[in-house]
Amino acid sequence: MERCRIIFSGSGGQGVITASFILAEAAVIFDNLEAVQSQSYGPEARGGATRSDVIISEEKINFPKVIQPNILISLNQEAYNEFAPIIRPGGILISDSHFVKIKRHIDAIQKSFPMFETVMADIKNPIVFNICMLGVLIELTKVVKKESVIKTLEKNIPKKFIDINKRALFLGIKLAKK
Amino acid sequence: MAFKDYIRERFFPHIWCPGCGHGMVLKGMLKAVEKLGINKSNIVMVSGIGCSSRITGYVDSHTLHTIHGRALAFATGVKLSRPELCLIVPMGDGDALAIGGNHFIHACRRNINMTAIIMNNQIYGMTGGQYSPLSGVGKYASTAPYSTIENKFDIAKLAEASGASFVARTTTYHMREMIDTLCMAIKHKGFSVVEIFSQCPTYFGRKNKLKTPADMLNYFKNNTAKIGSEAKKKNPELIERGVFINKKMPEYCEEYDKIIKKANNTLTNTEV
Amino acid sequence: MKQNIKFVQGNEACVEGALYAGLDFFAGYPITPSTEIMEHLSERLPIKKGKFIQMEDEIASMCAIIGASLTGKKVMTATSGPGFSLKQEALGYAIMAEIPCVVVNVQRGGPSTGNPTHVSQGDVNQARWGTHGDHAIVAMTASTIQDIFEVTIQAFNIAETYRTPVILLFDEIIGHMREKLILPEPGKIPLVERLRTSVKSGIDYHPYLQREDGRLPMSDFGEQHRYNVTGLFHDMWGFPSTKPKIVHGLLRHLNDKITNYAETKPICMYKEFYLEGAEIILISYGSSARSVLHTVKNRQAAGEKIGFIELQTLWPFPYNIIKKKCANARHVIVVEMNMGQMIRAVKNAVEDPKKVFLINRIDGLLITVSDIRNILRMLQGKGV
Repeated sequence: MERCRIIFSGSGGQGVITASFILAEAAVIFDNLEAVQSQSYGPEARGGATRSDVIISEEKINFPKVIQPNILISLNQEAYNEFAPIIRPGGILISDSHFVKIKRHIDAIQKSFPMFETVMADIKNPIVFNICMLGVLIELTKVVKKESVIKTLEKNIPKKFIDINKRALFLGIKLAKK
Repeated sequence: MAFKDYIRERFFPHIWCPGCGHGMVLKGMLKAVEKLGINKSNIVMVSGIGCSSRITGYVDSHTLHTIHGRALAFATGVKLSRPELCLIVPMGDGDALAIGGNHFIHACRRNINMTAIIMNNQIYGMTGGQYSPLSGVGKYASTAPYSTIENKFDIAKLAEASGASFVARTTTYHMREMIDTLCMAIKHKGFSVVEIFSQCPTYFGRKNKLKTPADMLNYFKNNTAKIGSEAKKKNPELIERGVFINKKMPEYCEEYDKIIKKANNTLTNTEV
Repeated sequence: MKQNIKFVQGNEACVEGALYAGLDFFAGYPITPSTEIMEHLSERLPIKKGKFIQMEDEIASMCAIIGASLTGKKVMTATSGPGFSLKQEALGYAIMAEIPCVVVNVQRGGPSTGNPTHVSQGDVNQARWGTHGDHAIVAMTASTIQDIFEVTIQAFNIAETYRTPVILLFDEIIGHMREKLILPEPGKIPLVERLRTSVKSGIDYHPYLQREDGRLPMSDFGEQHRYNVTGLFHDMWGFPSTKPKIVHGLLRHLNDKITNYAETKPICMYKEFYLEGAEIILISYGSSARSVLHTVKNRQAAGEKIGFIELQTLWPFPYNIIKKKCANARHVIVVEMNMGQMIRAVKNAVEDPKKVFLINRIDGLLITVSDIRNILRMLQGKGV
């Protein structure tokens, strides 16, 4: 497996950081890979721009930050504008069609999905928007096994929310398969 | 056990000036402990810095002479980890209420079971007679050569407002009252505060026209009155002595034990 | 899934290490970026019947753990820059009264309130010299989540062995970063329990009378021996003294008991990579050591003779070891995220201080591989 450098970006409260460490935890605990996750903090608990860096690899990871992501997820326009220019040429850029208007000059494989709209139509709860995004991500990149993500969700999320999280994950996988 | 058995004779003579009130507080405190019959291995005395804080060294209990103002914070650590021990925390007025003011109000608020004794001599003695937050307006001190312009704290009101469940005031002139008050305070389950006026003839007295220890003791006698007494009614200027607050309230260490139970119940529930 | 593998932040790894080491008492005050340590302990300690208390300020937290330690408990507090400043006086008390405790400082940008959410390694000299008076101190750090766990356990072991505060000097990157942590079985890593006096009840116990090996067996507050503890210079009874002989003897003891063991385990901890034949040796610690290791591995692959020493114990500094290891290097480069703090010790250690250079970054971001690479190229005469 090639070393995978991912930046998750969006606004505070979208669950960007949670999604990022669920992916990294799934890689470490269930897929027997190495992973590091780190995030940039600001003073705001909600709102503001959020960024979380995840590196997944078969080998030990030293430098923990992502300079040039080969996968970039941007869940709002501000994050897209800020991080799209640093994506590795030929990398995958996943964005949400409700929040992000794509620009054409980015040298990346741009994938825009109606993740937010699908979640709102099907589950009617924006809280699992991030997990739907995770579904898209693992289906497109196969960086971590689907089963591992499900097990990690079960480990971290209160029982009463497990069902909607799994549904959101499968919605994402379905979106990406299209 | 005779009260003398609570003393470390090896470390005498003490450092206090002739006529100082702190030795009287030491005797009152040991008489109270003797009366209550507390095993000296169950007593931990914690003090800060200043003339007052040297009191711990002379007592044959576990004694912790700490840093300026922080005695109650150290004592909180001792008490919370060994709640069965009896904690007595003698402090000076500057120690407890200037540099240690924050710890004082928070110890009151937590209502952790210990006795804070504030030996109020209205001055910083060890550093040479500077004014303290208990000196009051118009007093002279080595840093107030033209008299102080700062208002003083009312320790009893401060302690009450901060949540202490036992608050009392007495003086070194009223020895029997001091012993009885300290007995009540030590027995009380919760945070107890006893303010004891203690004379500093060397600095406070000399600078404020109360030159001899006797002058100062007479001052305590003539300027204080029991709470609600006729004398107080006649002369509202008199400083009240007695027990201001004595109430039952949840005690910190006991409440913490409930948290331990709660934490372990939660654990069992999630495992099921 | 293996039960003993976790994916956690550095701050959580510190909590795991402390609990593994037998932590019973924690007092703290909220401060970024160390708060997760107290949050996790507020949940974990009551479960094992330990005590957790959020004090009214940083000073009180430090004082409370010292009080608790005297009752025989393993204790810790955690803070960051401004809080570490506030703890200094009580830290000195623990040094003077020889009370075991562990103080964590997850470093952020300073001085003053500085840059609370970003990384810095600016408290290295404060850890050494923060409290007043001549004293020795042990300060340790780590660059991986696994190392945080292990170094935290060692901090407790050293605190108990040498009756001293031990400072854990982590930083924002390593404190907040998540990585794999493998929890060893209980008992796998040896733990040091407090040396208690064997003096029986009724016989005089001298709390500050050293044994022949220099150690001072303790007696817990609340047990049969009653003694005095003070921050003043004190005699074998723990009673204040200004006698020159006693002052001199105690100050010498407080320094010697640490510095005499500066170059041996368990106090001295470091890692070394590719030192054999290295023309350039990099020295770093904490999160910046990750950037250095990344760079050094790349350079090795490119055939360059670059070695690396990662310091895990910062204080006491192992002067002789560094001197010996750097003797044949053309350049010694200290990589740290401050204006040059550890570099002073390195310059004092090596034969020729002129061959020691600093690579630093002070803007709140982790020093990068290219930051280091650019300076290396200059030294190699290749230009950036």
